[in-house]
Amino acid sequence: MNTAPPSFGKSLFELLSSMRFAISLLSILAIASIIGTVLKQSEPYANYMIQLGPFWFQVFEKLGLYDVYHAAWFLVILTFLVVSTSVCITRNAPNFVREMKSFREHVSDQSLNAFKHKHEAITEQAPEALATRAQAYLEGQGYKVKNLPREDGILLAAKAGSWNRLGYFLAHSAIVIICIGGLMDGNLIFKAQQALGYKKIETRDIPQSQVPAISRLSPSNPSFRGSVQIPEGSSAGVAFLNVADGYLVQELPFTVALKQFRIEHYTTGQPKSFESDVELFDHAGNKVREATIAVNHPLIHDGIAIYQASFADGGTRMKLRGWNLFAPTASSFPIEGTVHGSSTLTSEAGEHTLEFIDFRPFNIENMGGEVVASGDTMSVLGGSPVSDNKHLRNVGPSFQYKLRDARGQAREFSNYMLPLELDGRWYMVSGVRETPNDAFSYLRMPLDAAGDIDSFMRLRGALLNAELRPEIASRFARQALPQEAWGTEIENKLKFSATQMLALFAEGGFQSLGRFIEEKIPEAEREKAVGTYLRILELAAFEALQLASLQAGLPAPQADEAAGWLVRDTLNSMSDMFVYGAPIYLQLMSYDEVKASGLQLTRSPGQNVVYLGSLLLTLGVFFMLYVRERRVWLRIKPSHALLAMSSAKQTIDFEKEFTQHARALDTLTQPASTPAKNPEA
Amino acid sequence: MELALNQPAPFLKRLSWFDWLFAAIVAAGALFALSQYADYMDIYEKAILLAVIPSLAVAGWFWKPFRPLFLVVGAISLFAISQYSGNLARMEEAFFLRFLISSQAAIMWMCALFGFATLTYWAGLLARSDFMLKTGSALTWSAVAMGWIGLMVRWYESYLIGADVGHIPVSNLYEVFVLFCLITAMMYLYYEARCQTRQLGAFVLLVISAAVGFILWYTFDRGAHEIQPLVPALKSWWMKIHVPANFVGYGGFSIAAMLGVAYLLAGRGILASRLPKPEVIDDMMYKSIAIGFGFFTIATILGAMWAAEAWGGYWSWDPKETWALIVWLNYAAWLHIRLVKGLRGPLLAWWAVVGLFITTFAFIGVNMFLSGLHSYGTL
Ligand code: HEM
Repeated sequence: MNTAPPSFGKSLFELLSSMRFAISLLSILAIASIIGTVLKQSEPYANYMIQLGPFWFQVFEKLGLYDVYHAAWFLVILTFLVVSTSVCITRNAPNFVREMKSFREHVSDQSLNAFKHKHEAITEQAPEALATRAQAYLEGQGYKVKNLPREDGILLAAKAGSWNRLGYFLAHSAIVIICIGGLMDGNLIFKAQQALGYKKIETRDIPQSQVPAISRLSPSNPSFRGSVQIPEGSSAGVAFLNVADGYLVQELPFTVALKQFRIEHYTTGQPKSFESDVELFDHAGNKVREATIAVNHPLIHDGIAIYQASFADGGTRMKLRGWNLFAPTASSFPIEGTVHGSSTLTSEAGEHTLEFIDFRPFNIENMGGEVVASGDTMSVLGGSPVSDNKHLRNVGPSFQYKLRDARGQAREFSNYMLPLELDGRWYMVSGVRETPNDAFSYLRMPLDAAGDIDSFMRLRGALLNAELRPEIASRFARQALPQEAWGTEIENKLKFSATQMLALFAEGGFQSLGRFIEEKIPEAEREKAVGTYLRILELAAFEALQLASLQAGLPAPQADEAAGWLVRDTLNSMSDMFVYGAPIYLQLMSYDEVKASGLQLTRSPGQNVVYLGSLLLTLGVFFMLYVRERRVWLRIKPSHALLAMSSAKQTIDFEKEFTQHARALDTLTQPASTPAKNPEA
Repeated sequence: MELALNQPAPFLKRLSWFDWLFAAIVAAGALFALSQYADYMDIYEKAILLAVIPSLAVAGWFWKPFRPLFLVVGAISLFAISQYSGNLARMEEAFFLRFLISSQAAIMWMCALFGFATLTYWAGLLARSDFMLKTGSALTWSAVAMGWIGLMVRWYESYLIGADVGHIPVSNLYEVFVLFCLITAMMYLYYEARCQTRQLGAFVLLVISAAVGFILWYTFDRGAHEIQPLVPALKSWWMKIHVPANFVGYGGFSIAAMLGVAYLLAGRGILASRLPKPEVIDDMMYKSIAIGFGFFTIATILGAMWAAEAWGGYWSWDPKETWALIVWLNYAAWLHIRLVKGLRGPLLAWWAVVGLFITTFAFIGVNMFLSGLHSYGTL
């Protein structure tokens, strides 16, 4: 026997193939995997920078936490798993194969006697006769039996469930196979090229055609997973692979042209299907294929699978009307815009850049409304599973844009094309927010009887127009006072107040009015003053509306409820204008929609390897867990029989089976026993 | 003792006439559905439907109580469907539908019955009353029947809402929670009979009650029971097999965790005299993790194959996928620990209990806290 301390190689082999090591690996891999689910992976680096700050950003980058599952240390854990499993298989293989074949026929009487599960019986039968019947019994129980003559009798060696061992090989080689398949689909080749300086990630935002060769991958690249967005009527011969903080251009062996992209909707408005009609052309420009790609229905061509991944606006053209919100007149100017395009606006407020971001032909909004509990059986049960969707409404198209001022500060706007009904009245609505994480706040501009915002715009202009103020004030005073009071000091006072209110309001809406009251009026009288001032403002504004209509050559509005609401809503809206953050409002007049389809293209040579591994894994796991490996020996001597049983895993089922075999032996050895019978026989 | 000797007859010969009748009914039902609705199914769905015939038949042959359950659920579901006469409004008019077997009513009955079953099992355990324990089993069986009826009827209701809205009810968190309760309860009932011990029902029903609590909250607070049409990503025949396979996994792991709790309590002398021997609990725990692990392996593989078809890659390290892997690794580790001498016993029980937290996180935590490609069931 070798008593020298084991060599380093041997110890390593022992360690790698040990069960405790395997358990640790499985646990470590599980814990490591958690990291990538907590931190969002493969985001633009700028987002991490904002989230983490410069110091931690660098630490996290060094640790590879932005793409954990491709980080070197993660691959090391996986490698250990593969190595450990391989070593484990190598170590167990010879034993297991021998065991699967062997009946362990050389077991000695002595060792049988030492078994924990053994049962003895006295018998008067001839060993051969007993052996034959016992063999029939065991075979009936699913055992393979070998009859071995011994000097003083017979040894029956039986085994069942050898496939358990086969399962071990299948399942554990499957782990190795799956990892190899995954590796084939990974980006190791690129990583090596990158390390050697042959390839480089492109981080600039430049047109695809200008990306230099060092950041382009050839069409023969064995494995990739990229995406490309194609507007309707355009085509693409490349895909983009996102890598770290940049991208690579993957050239394709064909060109994909998008004829049409379609979204179908359920009656409730939710999307039902996304489909792209595409044509594939070879590099000579010949059409090779035409197909429709939908979610869950990819197109596979030339070993490359093309999937419907997303959609976007492909450059919708829009005709807009721009309104200067702070101009003292109601005049609009025409603008044209294309989504993803930008233009420059010059106004008194300085130069602004207008960046069109998106266009949405539908907007399904929840228009509120309380659900009334009816107090019947249905409400006891939580209500009907049939949703009524009463509150969901398509409110029509909207478009999104950013307005960037000269200092580069931008706000994001989202304007609806059609008016919305809110609290029973109709408005044009424009949402604004400062960062993409904020919710939109809305500016609502009231519609007039004709369904336009023109009246609002006129009234707004009149209220901002300082030149009109004396006239408005005097019209107001005359309206408010009986004829006897005209021309008196009271009228002058009233005029003065109205002018003051109008001027304050034109400066900053209700906020400046509020500030004025807080500064000038003692606390005890404020409430009353607020009421009076608001009343003055509203009445004066109504006069302004009259005046504006007259100036525009329109009939003067009646002093009815509708006009009252128009005035009140206009005042509210103007007050909001001061915090709206843009000097103009853009109204969408017409559009010509162009959609773009986001396709994902993959070539993954390892996929079938992984699937083969998965099949083996499934078979292996079920064999290991559901085929019980066990052995039975029956040592028959004249007048004496010894049953012994063993299994690698001693479960309760095993105990039960042993008891059953022991009883069977008692029956078989009973002197009066009749030959075994089938119940049907 | 002659019987011990008799060779078991070949399996098929051991089947009774009832077994064959059952198989015939299953086949007739499936073939009828195929002949009626073939036009609405793609080739894979037809294949799945045909594969359902032998699967259910064999399930019934190996687990005899499955046959009456299937027949009762089938008969009552058909009755419910006939009560609708193609008109959804009948849900609130027809007596049976309104109070018993419209989908929502049936599922609420399931919730109530599971609640009663839990109390009864506990009473039986504490009072050492065999009668109570048996009642607990019976209540669990009726809850299971009601739940299946609810799902079946819900399936039909979804088509009444609109031919394009209709879909198998395994597509959102509400539906899969019902499925979870049913599968977990059925797996437990199977092992209860096999291991001839009912005391553990008190523990297993706790986890089902927790799920029932979630269903109720989800229904009353969030109105999640409303049938919604499928988003395009879920319109795939893969869903029909991926989701149920997953729930056998989750069910097995949950049962194991509750058995782990029982094991640990008994180890500290709490309820020890009322519970089965530790070896029995341990054995049952192993069996549930084994079946759970097997099916979870299949489910994860199916999920990968579906992902390959829907997202363009069989593995994207999406949070849900990754958590499935974490769960799977956890139970792989559990199975290996069991093979190491000296690590068994309480360690395994603890591991199974902690496993439930990991599984729960993978099941709902991911939907609540992490975002990813999985498009269904954000809370
Ligand atoms: C992801 C990786 C692995 C999985 C999914 C896996 C799965 C399994 C399963 C399901 C069993 C059966 C347990 C039972 O019968 O209760 C098993 C047994 C076993 N595994 Fe693994 N295993 C993995 C990795 C490893 C590694 C790395 C090693 C070696 C260091 C290993 C060594 C063994 C051994 C020796 C057995 C016992 C076989 C027997 O005696 O029947 N496994 N494995």
